[in-house]
Amino acid sequence: MLTHFRPALSLLLVMTAITGAAYPALVTGIAQGLMPNQANGSMIDSSGKPGGKVQGSRLIGQPFSDPKHFWGRPSATSPYAYNAGASSGSNQGPTNKALTDAVSDRIKALRDADPGNPAPVPVDLVTASASGLDPHISPAAAAYQVRRIARERKLDPARVAELVTAATEQRQWGVMGEPRVNVLQLNLALDGLH
Amino acid sequence: MNANNTMQFALYLGVLLLLVKPLGAYMAAVYEGRAMRAQRILGSFERAIYRVCGIKAEEDMGWRAYAVAFMLFNLLGALAVYALQRLQDVLPFNPQKMTAVSPDSSFNTAVSFATNTNWQGYGGESTMSYLTQMLGLTVQNFVSAAVGMAVLIAVIRGFTRRQASGIGNFWVDTVRGTLYILLPLSLVLALALVSQGVVQTFKPYQNVPLIEKVSYDDPVKNADGSPKMDAQNKPVTQKVEVTEQTIAVGPAASQIAIKQLGTNGGGFFNANSAHPLENPTPLSNFLEMLAILLIPASLCYTFGKMVDDTRQGWAVLAAMTTIFVVLTVVTIGAEQSGNPQLSALGVDQTSSLTQPGGNMEGKEARFGIANSAIWSTVTTAASNGSVNAMHDSFTPLGGMMPMWLMQLGEVVFGGVGSGLYGMLVFAIIAVFVAGLMVGRTPEYLGKKIEAHEMKMASLVILIPCFFVLVGTAIAVLVEPGKAGIANPGAHGFSEILYAFSSAGNNNGSAFAGLSANTPFYNIALGIEMLVSRYWLAIPVLAIAAALAAKRSVPVGNGTLSTHTPLFVALLIGTVVVVGALTFIPALALGPIVEHLIMLGK
Repeated sequence: MLTHFRPALSLLLVMTAITGAAYPALVTGIAQGLMPNQANGSMIDSSGKPGGKVQGSRLIGQPFSDPKHFWGRPSATSPYAYNAGASSGSNQGPTNKALTDAVSDRIKALRDADPGNPAPVPVDLVTASASGLDPHISPAAAAYQVRRIARERKLDPARVAELVTAATEQRQWGVMGEPRVNVLQLNLALDGLH
Repeated sequence: MNANNTMQFALYLGVLLLLVKPLGAYMAAVYEGRAMRAQRILGSFERAIYRVCGIKAEEDMGWRAYAVAFMLFNLLGALAVYALQRLQDVLPFNPQKMTAVSPDSSFNTAVSFATNTNWQGYGGESTMSYLTQMLGLTVQNFVSAAVGMAVLIAVIRGFTRRQASGIGNFWVDTVRGTLYILLPLSLVLALALVSQGVVQTFKPYQNVPLIEKVSYDDPVKNADGSPKMDAQNKPVTQKVEVTEQTIAVGPAASQIAIKQLGTNGGGFFNANSAHPLENPTPLSNFLEMLAILLIPASLCYTFGKMVDDTRQGWAVLAAMTTIFVVLTVVTIGAEQSGNPQLSALGVDQTSSLTQPGGNMEGKEARFGIANSAIWSTVTTAASNGSVNAMHDSFTPLGGMMPMWLMQLGEVVFGGVGSGLYGMLVFAIIAVFVAGLMVGRTPEYLGKKIEAHEMKMASLVILIPCFFVLVGTAIAVLVEPGKAGIANPGAHGFSEILYAFSSAGNNNGSAFAGLSANTPFYNIALGIEMLVSRYWLAIPVLAIAAALAAKRSVPVGNGTLSTHTPLFVALLIGTVVVVGALTFIPALALGPIVEHLIMLGK
C-alpha cells in the first residue's frame, strides 16, 4: 500500500499539471490566436456578422414574442426563456399532461397572432428545445410565419421569404444534420430593412 | 427510417469502422512499448514522469498490486475533486464567483468523475468554477479513461502470458494511455471543435443586449430567505425586466474533447452536448459522436492484435456492432414516428424536405431526429452518458433503447477499456455455456475456463444487475426517492429506473427531469457508481491473473472456434438473454406500459 502511495500522489499531481493546466492552456492559446471569434462565443453585430458592436451570439437564441419578429423554439430555461446562464430542456415526458397543455397554449398563441392561417403547425415551433437556447428553427417553421411577418410589417411575402432563404443553412457537407434557419440573424436582417 | 436518416447513420458507421484498424494497431503498439515514432517525440518525457514519480517502469505487478495501485490512484483523484469543489470559492479562476459546492453533491461528483461515470447532479455553468472544471473534472476525464484502458490491457495480458505471475505495470499503462493516445487525440479534436464554434476562453460570462426585452415574476424573499406570503398566503412576486442576456462561456472545448474520447460524458454546461456552445454544428456533432465510440471500437482490434489473432477482435466487434445497429434503428423509428398525442392537437410531425418532423420535444433543430436518436444509442452503448437531446422527453420505446443498452452492462462498446473487458467476461460465459452443451471443458483463446474464472465472471455480471434493481426498488419505496420524480405515472418510474441503470453501469446520462441533486440521490447513486466500477474491475483483474498463470492448451478438434459467425451469434445471445431476463419485468412497468398508454389515448 505505502509503496504505491508515492507514485499515486505524484502521478496525480503530474497529470493535473499536464492535462488540467498545460493542455487547456495550450488549446486556449491556439484557439484564441487562430479562431478568436469562435473561441469567444461567435458574437455578431447588427449586420449578422462578427466585427462591430455586439448584438448577440450566432449560436445562442434569443426570446422573441413580438408578432413582427420570427419566433424561435419554445425554451424551458428558468426563470425566463433563453437564459443563457442556465441551459435546460423541459424534460417533460411524452404522456405528461403538462406537455400537451403547453403545446396547446403555444398553438393558440401562434393562431391568435395570425388568425386564419390554415396550415398545420410545424412540430419544432411548439416543442421546447433540448438546451433552451436553440438558435434555429426548421425552414417549415419559418415558412409558417412568413404570412404573419409580411402582414405585420406591410411587406411583400416574397421579400420576407427571400430573407428566410438567406438565413437558411443547408445540411453540412450535403449530408449532416438538418436544414435550419437562424432566427436571430433573420430578425436582425428584418429589422435592418427599415 | 427515411432516406436521409439511413444515410446519416451509414456514414457514421462507415467512418467509425474505417478508423478501427489504424487506431487499434497504434494502441497495441503503444501498450507493447513499440510505438517508435511517438516514443521518439514523447519518450524522454515519459521517462521523466517515471523518474519524478518514483515509478519503476520495468516492475511487473501481480493482480493485487495492480488493483491496489488502481484503487489508490482513483481514491486520491476523487479526494482532489472533492476538495476543489468544497474550496472553489477561495481558489482562483472563478470569475463568476461560484460558491462552494455542498458536501453531498461534491461527494457524488467526485465519485462520478473518478469512476468514469460522469453522472451530473449539478448544472455546470451555474455551479463549477473554471478551476474546478479544469484541475478537477478535466483531469479525471483523462485519468479515469486511461485506467480503464490499463485494466483492459492487463486482462489481455492474462490471455497472452503463460504461467506468468504478473499482468503488467499499472503506472506505465496509465501514463502511456494518457500521453500517447488520449492527449494527442484530444488536442486535435478540441481544435476541430473550436473551429465549429465551441468556446475556449478564460473570460467571464459575456453580456449581450436582447432585441426584445423580457420580464418574469421573481418571488420576493423575507430576510431569512423564506418566500414572502401575502394575506391570502400566496407567494409575493415582483416583476423583473431583463434587457441583457448573460452567455455562459469558458474553457469548454478542451474538456469536451476528452469527455467524448474518454467515454466520460460530463458536460461543461447543464444541457451537455445539446448546448450550442458545446456542440454548435452538425459537423461538431458528427465528430463528437465519432469520438465517443472511436476508442472502445478500436480497442477490439488492439485486443485481436495483442492476442495475435485479429479475427478474435473482429468477432467481438461484430457482436457489439450488431446489437448497436438493431437498437439504433428501433430508436430512430420510434422518435421519427412522433407523439400521437400532439398529432391530435393539429401539430405537423411528418418529415419533409423542410422539417425533420417526429418527436421534437427536447431536441435541437440542427440535429433533428436522426442525429438525436443515433447519439442516444451511441452514448449509452458506450458508457459515455453525454446527451444532445433530452432522453426524458423521448417516446417510451425511443427512451427504452438507451436504458436497455446501459442495463446490458455497458458491454456494447462500453467505456474505454471497461466495455471490452466486460464483453470478454461475457465471452467467457458464452464459451462456458457452449462447453456445457457439448460436455467439454470450455477454453477461450487457449486458456481453460475453470471454476474460479466462472465465479468471478458471475460476480461481474450479477453485481450491477442486483444493485440497479434493488436501488430502484428502494428509491420508489422511500419518500426522498419519490420526491425527485418530475413526470407523473409510469414515466416517473422510468426516471428512477434510468437513474439507477445509469449510475449502476457507469454511464452518466439521465432522464434529467428527476431532481437528483438531493442528499438521497447524491449518496445512493454515488454508492452505485463505486460498486459498479470497482466490484467489477477487481474480479476482472483476478480473472486476468488466474488466466496468466495457466499454461496454454493447444487447439484440438473439439475446440470451439471463437472467431466464427456462430460464436458471434452465441455471444450476442448471451448478452441479450442475460439483459432481457433481468430487466424486462422492470421495463414492463415503465416504458412498455407508457407506450401502451400513449397509443391508447
